[in-house]
Amino acid sequence: MLEISKLVKRYGRDEPVLKELDLRVEGSSVVAIVGASGAGKSTMLRCINRLVEPTSGSIRLNGTELVTLKGAALRRARRKIGMVFQGFNLIDRLTVMENVLAGRLGYVNLYQAIARRYPREDIERAFSLMERVGIAHYANKRADALSGGERQRVGVVRALMQEPEVLLADEPTASLDPRTSEQIMILLQSLASELSLPVLINIHNVAQARTYTERIVGLRHGKMIFDGTPGEFTRDALDAIYGGIESPDDEPTETSTSSTAQAKRGVPHDPA
Amino acid sequence: MTRPDREDTAPRTWRKPPFIANPWLRYGLWLVLVVYLVWAFGSLPFNWARIGEGLPRAARIFGGGFPPSFERGALMLTGFKESFQIAILATLLGVMLSIPFAVMAARNVAPLPVYLFGRAVIIISRSFHPVIVAILFVAAVGFGPLAGILTLTLYSIGFVGKLLAEEIEEIDWGQVEAMRATGAGYLATLFYAVFPQILPRQIGLSMYQLDSNLRASAVVGIVGAGGIGGTLMNAFGRYDYDFAFAILLIIIAVILVSEGISGWVRKKIW
Amino acid sequence: MVDHADALADRVWQRYDRRERLTRYAVLLVTLMVVVWAVRDIDIFWPWVWDAPNQISSLGARMWPPDPRGLGQILNAMVETVHIATLATLLTIFVALPVSYIAAQNTTPNRACLWLGRFILVSSRSVNTIIWALLFVAIFGPGVLAGILAIMFRSIGFIGKLMGEAIEEIDRHPVEAMEATGASKLKVIAYAVVPQVMPAFFAIVILRWDINIRESTVLGLVGAGGIGVLLQGAIDTFAWPTVATILIAIVALVLLGEAITSLLRRKVM
Repeated sequence: MLEISKLVKRYGRDEPVLKELDLRVEGSSVVAIVGASGAGKSTMLRCINRLVEPTSGSIRLNGTELVTLKGAALRRARRKIGMVFQGFNLIDRLTVMENVLAGRLGYVNLYQAIARRYPREDIERAFSLMERVGIAHYANKRADALSGGERQRVGVVRALMQEPEVLLADEPTASLDPRTSEQIMILLQSLASELSLPVLINIHNVAQARTYTERIVGLRHGKMIFDGTPGEFTRDALDAIYGGIESPDDEPTETSTSSTAQAKRGVPHDPA
Repeated sequence: MTRPDREDTAPRTWRKPPFIANPWLRYGLWLVLVVYLVWAFGSLPFNWARIGEGLPRAARIFGGGFPPSFERGALMLTGFKESFQIAILATLLGVMLSIPFAVMAARNVAPLPVYLFGRAVIIISRSFHPVIVAILFVAAVGFGPLAGILTLTLYSIGFVGKLLAEEIEEIDWGQVEAMRATGAGYLATLFYAVFPQILPRQIGLSMYQLDSNLRASAVVGIVGAGGIGGTLMNAFGRYDYDFAFAILLIIIAVILVSEGISGWVRKKIW
Repeated sequence: MVDHADALADRVWQRYDRRERLTRYAVLLVTLMVVVWAVRDIDIFWPWVWDAPNQISSLGARMWPPDPRGLGQILNAMVETVHIATLATLLTIFVALPVSYIAAQNTTPNRACLWLGRFILVSSRSVNTIIWALLFVAIFGPGVLAGILAIMFRSIGFIGKLMGEAIEEIDRHPVEAMEATGASKLKVIAYAVVPQVMPAFFAIVILRWDINIRESTVLGLVGAGGIGVLLQGAIDTFAWPTVATILIAIVALVLLGEAITSLLRRKVM
């Protein structure tokens, strides 16, 4: 169970990006977090695994308080939190297998990591997960030789290698073409139920959020203004979230294509 | 493992594919490296007895060197002034002379025999370290700044000439054709179609070369070609380590300042 | 030629406004004054200058024909020169990498390390190889050890600075991903930094090896081993034909080094 309470993030002396945010995610639910750019989606996700330091508040994962962790304890907590990135964040010059095994870095010792001598179970797990998502035959290819959808599958497998208790996905489909992004969403949805894993997906594409998730959380200016099922997500909610900022991305086909080109090399997420 | 239809029977172990696929070549290269290291270390004449004295000597040198003495400031000033003069004159001469040599060494504007000659001059002047050139000029024209100027002029011709020749080879040929179409002769074409295209680059290179010559002028003095290097060498020879360290500190400071200025000017120009 | 260039420059200058033009004239004037000062003030006995072409050509004449005797000895010294350059380059790697690591903004552990790293790089780069050699000959006596150390101490700054820049230019995203898996700092470096800087590393080391071959030919002039020792000896005994042979050997060595370098570069890239 992931419990976020009164989470505040403020960069310098600016207006806070997250304003006392509360969120509870239980069981193996897929939660979509929607909101305009700058609403604080990415910051919230990165506060959970502390890639961004929260200013105040509390984040508890299965009872462990994450906000106060330091050093080795933080790393131990991080390995229980898988993350999938918008730009895949693979290591281009390493093979697919090495990228996948990198998900075990929190578990193996330094020698095993450098010599690539991972335990048998890890390799077994890597192969079965790669088979599950259909990339096992690429094991020894370099990561940069793969197409966007395949690269994101590597990213997903890497996150699952961590045996996570929660999976965070930061705009996992924004760099992909419409068809591939649908496939990745289906994959995330089915993996969540197979592994009974809570999944938090930041997503721009409201149509996809409605189709593939069970719960939608709407953020605006760092505050939660909607929390409900896709069925409850009405035109009004949409207007409340996006109104006066920009038009919502209702047409999956258009948006994804437009963002593919610029995101091909991995666009840095906007910190706001 | 590499084909989907064999997945079921695929061995469930994995090794990182080696950087060099051929095992013979892979282990062969390691062997070559080991053999080389053994050979190199084995064949080099190390004078261990003398090296063993090194630490106490180092202590004495650094002990004698600190604090650095700036007492003979006048001598130092003369040395630095001479180094500056050498660097400035050599840069001026070298940059001017590098233009004809660059034209000679550019394949697209020079006929083959001239090209070969130009290339040869540039290759030879680049092959020799300025200190070697300096020692030869000292032997030919005697101790003093003249040898230094000649050395660094040659050094500049080699460096600037090479880069400039490459620049000429990459110019926009259309302008040359346009000049030729007006009936201009060879020299006129050079001046009006080639040089304008390489001029900005030449100014940047000159600044770079001035900086580079200033550095080199500090060392050609060690073999007697004038400048602060000679002063430094003398200080070392007379075990005047405090004076030597003072010179070294100033050399470092001057180089940093000159690097900063040259970088700033080049940024302004480009 | 200068006249033409000026005429040309004049034409180009029409593009600039009055103030820029004045600045340019001022710069030109200052340059001219500095040059005049340098020519008038420098300690040169001018008759020697006019006599220099004669002296140089007569030296050239004394060198011809090159003396092939002692070629065996020269070849041995050449091998020694290559050894100095190669061993020094290899050894430098072990020192330069940690220094570049602490001198790169994005990997340095703290400010103190950053400044220490930068200090090491700057002092290494500002002192010429031959001055380093002078120092090490004074400490360890004449010989190859002083040569190897001199080349090393100069190369640390070169390789360290360029590697530091390569580290600073890496893509941040894989680093973020590795941190998210709970990897420790060293593992993040091994997975996200090392693979990214590998090509730059090979290119830089190969480049420096090429430079070191050139530099190690002069070490002997201050007694730090290599072909320079023979060259100095031959010059001291006025054995000009032998000097010529050594010079030819040096050109051959440098060209060979350049050929090997470009071959390696193509293989590695």
